[in-house]
Amino acid sequence: MLLFRLKHTIELGAKSLWMHRLRSSLTILGVVFGVCSVIAMLAIGEGASRQAQDSIEKLGSRNIIIETVKPPEQQKDSGNVEKVRNYGLTYSDAESIRNTLKSVEVAVPVRIISQAARYNSRKVAVNVLGTVPWYEEVSSIKIIDGRFLSAIDLKHQLAVCVVDEQVARKLFTFDDPIGLDVKIQGYYYRVVGITGKSVDSEMTDAFSDSKVVSKSNGGVIGNIYVPITTAKCRFSEFSFQMSGNSRNAERVELQKIIIKVGSNEEVLPTRDVLDSLLSRLHKKQDYRIVVPLELLRQAAQTRRIFSIVLGSIAAISLLVGGIGIMNIMLATVSERTREIGIRRAIGARKWDIIIQFLSETLMLTLVGGILGIVLGTFIPFLVTHFGHMPTVITPISLILAFGISVGIGIIFGLYPACRAANMDPIKSLRHE
Amino acid sequence: MSVVNTKKLCKAYQLGSFNLSVLCDIDLEIEQGQYVAIMGPSGSGKSTLLNLLGCLDKPSSGKYFLDGKDVSSLDDNELSLIRGNRIGFIFQSYNLINQLNVIENIELPMYYQGMSESKSAARARELAAKVGLGDRVKHRPFELSGGQQQRVAIARAIANDPVIILADEPTGNLDSASGADILSILDDLHQQGKTLIVVTHDEEIASRTQRIIHLLDGRIEREIHNGN
Ligand SMILES: Nc1ncnc2c1ncn2[C@@H]1O[C@H](COP(=O)(O)OP(=O)(O)OP(=O)(O)O)[C@@H](O)[C@H]1O
Ligand SMILES: [Mg+2]
Repeated sequence: MLLFRLKHTIELGAKSLWMHRLRSSLTILGVVFGVCSVIAMLAIGEGASRQAQDSIEKLGSRNIIIETVKPPEQQKDSGNVEKVRNYGLTYSDAESIRNTLKSVEVAVPVRIISQAARYNSRKVAVNVLGTVPWYEEVSSIKIIDGRFLSAIDLKHQLAVCVVDEQVARKLFTFDDPIGLDVKIQGYYYRVVGITGKSVDSEMTDAFSDSKVVSKSNGGVIGNIYVPITTAKCRFSEFSFQMSGNSRNAERVELQKIIIKVGSNEEVLPTRDVLDSLLSRLHKKQDYRIVVPLELLRQAAQTRRIFSIVLGSIAAISLLVGGIGIMNIMLATVSERTREIGIRRAIGARKWDIIIQFLSETLMLTLVGGILGIVLGTFIPFLVTHFGHMPTVITPISLILAFGISVGIGIIFGLYPACRAANMDPIKSLRHE
Repeated sequence: MSVVNTKKLCKAYQLGSFNLSVLCDIDLEIEQGQYVAIMGPSGSGKSTLLNLLGCLDKPSSGKYFLDGKDVSSLDDNELSLIRGNRIGFIFQSYNLINQLNVIENIELPMYYQGMSESKSAARARELAAKVGLGDRVKHRPFELSGGQQQRVAIARAIANDPVIILADEPTGNLDSASGADILSILDDLHQQGKTLIVVTHDEEIASRTQRIIHLLDGRIEREIHNGN
């Protein structure tokens, strides 16, 4: 019985909607775009926040990263004299950190040198990372073949290196790199291990994606890890730049010190102690402390704001769709005044009329909702493909979008339906 | 017992401060199976009276007993129910629903009374055949002539086997031939014992009935009982 009424109502609604095909499809289109934009916006928002989350997590939530930054240029008192600027983190900083901070489990000094690596006739631009064996503990790299740097390598300043996947592929192509020698600045280094893809060891800014980083790195394709002791004696700490007519030399010992503490709770207190320690050691503001955990929290915050903004944009477009529906349904109701009068005269209750018009609205929004979901799952793929933006469609967003479209149908359909039901039968029958 | 019984039935419209009395003190009793015509000049209140009798409208004052039941104080839902199963309406302009075909139009009152699909479909078919449209059940109203449409309307009016059938100028839009068809169907219904109330301007139609009520300015001016 109920099923029959349902079937009848749907049939009837479909017939009426079919009578005004163009109007119905235009109305549906409003809902389609609304739902579709909700899903697409949520997918883009989710994709962006997951990406940020991922890259921050790669930095390690228990890590604190101290980076060398170039201090603001001081007014030069002497014009074109060759002058060395000393700044940045030093080996003694790393030493002091290890010695003074109890919460620090490991402190890993990192030197980064941009160099060309050669093998046979091939040559690629790489970052040479001078570091220590326990670098592994603070980074997300994984050894896929061979081994990482060892304490012996470090102690004896051995000319060994570990290359990452990208370098292995580009430089050695089909050869197995292990045991081969790669030439950097005239010295040969024996490859002892290969790490997995190092996405961006350079990256501490959580919101720039890897592509941007690699572009700004001037074609650097990957990393080669060497013992820091080896790096210290083989690579100069000086770098030269021409500015105007003066030749400036800079000397930087370490580009980074990565610290790992025992637990998440210790991260922030350690950061504060670290800050005061370093500010005592450094007169210039030539370092920066990056706390991935903090970034993680900021990312969560940003994500909330992002979602709210995107959500409200989408909500507005749904609202517009809803108002469109209401408009059309009001027009439909007044157009069908006579029909309503007839139905009332032959025994339809107000409730029957409400159900009739409400179900028509619901059918419009349901069809719109389903089409919107189809289109809305498709658009993020396009965005990812052409816009190179990560997108993630969560099931909850589909349910949400669908629920909203049904909700819109009920909310914006109710008023026209009630208006139809409350019309005076006699006046409706007289209506032309 | 009389099917229709009104006591001092009045209908007035409040137009601003002015109270327009359209029907006044209508005392009317119609017996089961009677065939009644309501006549009168335009604006005399015939349609208004018919709407009151058909529970489409509520009286301003007075009482109306339909089939022994006081319907003058019922609420909208109860009135809808009564319209559906006690009353059959036939309008001058047929008033079929355009997006539905013949069968579906006839089914509609049964649907609103909650009759099952199989039953109502069977009955609708039977009724369509009865009014001579057995071969047009799938046609939509705009594919039918005026006379055919009015026959569908009659089938729809009698679908729920009402106690009274009300017709407001049922042949007003028809040529004389199809009008005659409609009248003969009404005659048949009368033969079968239905109570019919027909509003008309046409003396000839009125002469087919048993009783003619003349309205003038909202009052019953006179009544004529025909021989048959
Ligand atoms: N809603 C209304 N408000 C005010 N006056 C109304 C309303 N409905 C009807 N009337 C008035 O009631 C009077 C009777 O109208 P009714 O339709 O019953 O006349 P009728 O006898 O059916 O006329 P006709 O033969 O032309 O159909 C008319 O004078 C009309 O102006
Ligand atoms: Mg009239």
